[in-house]
Amino acid sequence: MNLRRVKAIARKEIIQVWRDPRSLMVVLLMPLMQMALLGYGVNLDIKHVTICVFDREGSQESQSLMKAFQASAYFDIVEADHDYNAVKRAIDAGRCKMAIVIPPDFSQDLSTTNSSSVQAILDATDDNTANIALGYAQAVVGAFSANVQVERTQSLGQPPPVAPAVAQYRVWFNEDLVSRDFIIPGVVALVLALVGAQLTSLTLSREWERGTMEVLVSTPVTRMELMAGKILPYFFIGMLDAVLCLVIAVLWFETPFRGSVITLLLTTSLFLIVVLGLGYFISARIRSQIGASQIALVATLLPTTMLSGFAFPIDQMPGVIQAITYLVPARYYFMILKAIFLKGSGLADLITPIAFLAIYAVTIALLATRAFRKTLG
Amino acid sequence: MTSPAPVSEIRIVADRLTKRFGDFVAVNAVSFEARAGEIIGFLGPNGAGKSTTIRILTGLLRPSGGQAIVAGFDVARSPERVRENIGYMSQKFSLYTDLTVMENLRFFGGVYGVNGARLEERLKFAIGMAGLTDRTDALVADLSGGWKQRLALGCAVLHEPAILFLDEPTSGVDPASRRRFWDLIYSLAGEGVCVVITTHYMDEAEYCNRIALINAGRLVALGSPSELKRRAIRGEILLVQGDNPGAMLEALEGAPAVRDVAPFGSSLHIVVDDAARDRPVIETLLKERELGWSRIEPIKPTLEDVFVQLIGADSARATAR
Repeated sequence: MNLRRVKAIARKEIIQVWRDPRSLMVVLLMPLMQMALLGYGVNLDIKHVTICVFDREGSQESQSLMKAFQASAYFDIVEADHDYNAVKRAIDAGRCKMAIVIPPDFSQDLSTTNSSSVQAILDATDDNTANIALGYAQAVVGAFSANVQVERTQSLGQPPPVAPAVAQYRVWFNEDLVSRDFIIPGVVALVLALVGAQLTSLTLSREWERGTMEVLVSTPVTRMELMAGKILPYFFIGMLDAVLCLVIAVLWFETPFRGSVITLLLTTSLFLIVVLGLGYFISARIRSQIGASQIALVATLLPTTMLSGFAFPIDQMPGVIQAITYLVPARYYFMILKAIFLKGSGLADLITPIAFLAIYAVTIALLATRAFRKTLG
Repeated sequence: MTSPAPVSEIRIVADRLTKRFGDFVAVNAVSFEARAGEIIGFLGPNGAGKSTTIRILTGLLRPSGGQAIVAGFDVARSPERVRENIGYMSQKFSLYTDLTVMENLRFFGGVYGVNGARLEERLKFAIGMAGLTDRTDALVADLSGGWKQRLALGCAVLHEPAILFLDEPTSGVDPASRRRFWDLIYSLAGEGVCVVITTHYMDEAEYCNRIALINAGRLVALGSPSELKRRAIRGEILLVQGDNPGAMLEALEGAPAVRDVAPFGSSLHIVVDDAARDRPVIETLLKERELGWSRIEPIKPTLEDVFVQLIGADSARATAR
């Protein structure tokens, strides 16, 4: 490999990116926009579910149950209705996701039969939200019943009932169970995958499209030199973007960062080589800029969102799909990022995903070199 | 290298070079040799296989058959060694228009492995040759056609290649720039560079030392312009100009004294054995058909006559086969 040739190509590439507004936009604006969009847009926490209440009794008991809902951070009572039609309209119009209906004999049943029921009507067009809201509602009602029981036994002068076993739980790594802390590392992986592959997907196709490739391949430059010279500038640009994204993640989104910066930079550069290589591979095969950029988008966006464990947990997937996720480089990088950010894992803990990424990097580099042929047609 | 080489040194040997694209034979068993300091022109109709031949010789396409030795290396086996010794200008303008003149030159200097003092010297040479001394910082996109062409030539000779391949380098360039371009080619050939050029301008073909006439992938004729004229035109040529060249063509085709007749713009070129003897015969023929003419006289055969004769004969043979 002749380093002078690599340098000549890298230099030319930097000048071209610098003078091309479209490339500059991909380099600088895209990561910023995606960080903002995904960082704010993707929120898996379900809080402030809008509910309406229909209290058919209006007793002290029913009111204290209402207050329990009101006090919960998970629910916002937006209206109180006085008949079923109003409840139906409120749900149909989307003003509330759930309605809590307290029966007219609520307090009476409680005192006579020691049990009563509360009706919850849910808008399950978004089944996930409905499921989670139902869970929260059951918890609120459960806590209310426990209170009633305690009060009852106390008023009878008996000792409080003994719960046979109580689970004491402690959450590690994401103590507050804030989904954003889990999402932001995923967003960083997604942005780097997208931007990285975009950057290099244009690099060979631009030469084909503008007709400069024919003379370039008639020069003694080798395939390795061409790839090195073309990827090198984008590696530095990619690292710049990575640092930008990581700084936004930590300083702006306040994602806890517990690992070492060195580990983070090492693993990030490995991941970058993989996605840059992927973009270059696509560019070697697709001779139009639009085509190459579209394919690079699909090749990174879909697997990175769907199959990296970012949107759906991998161990919940069917076996075949789980097997496919091993081919998605973002899977490893996402795993690494989560571990470094939230657990503070070091290189030794991450040896398996790092090894996978390294194998990936070597494979894609080989494929990308071979994909480009110094012949026409 | 352009260090003074003996004129006899062979730079290119093509031996039954063949290129097939599926069933289509683009280049069909083409054989020739080219020497240092020689300008060899590939002439032929569009799609005849001129560019394909050049692309095989530059290692851009792999031959389907035959062999080509360029600068002493087999193009199929060691294309990289070939590429170190050649300069190439493709049909399509292929410099980076978003780079300046100097940035383009330095880039090509870099990929050809020219550096240090030699690079500075070669840059100076290329800039002077292209006449761009005052415009080294101009974006190539802002240059006019002639300048772009000369800059592309400058980039192609930075590493002082032994052989220069030029694929229709002057298409779309004004006549003055074409003339200037040819001066540069002559001076490069004078330094011993072997120049292979394709063109469809007949006047340009006349500037070549030898012409390789290509039709339907075959090398139809190879020789200096005067050799080709002598060989192709056995007889003399009468030029006839009249009001109705179409009817005249019909009248003269197949007539006893007429060996061949072909339209050239608004006039006809008639090949006869003896212009002085056959001229009255033709005048009589035209009079019988009541066709008027403004001019009838013997002319020297041009390359275009050669082209028409040889290509016509070759196509007729191909059809007969």
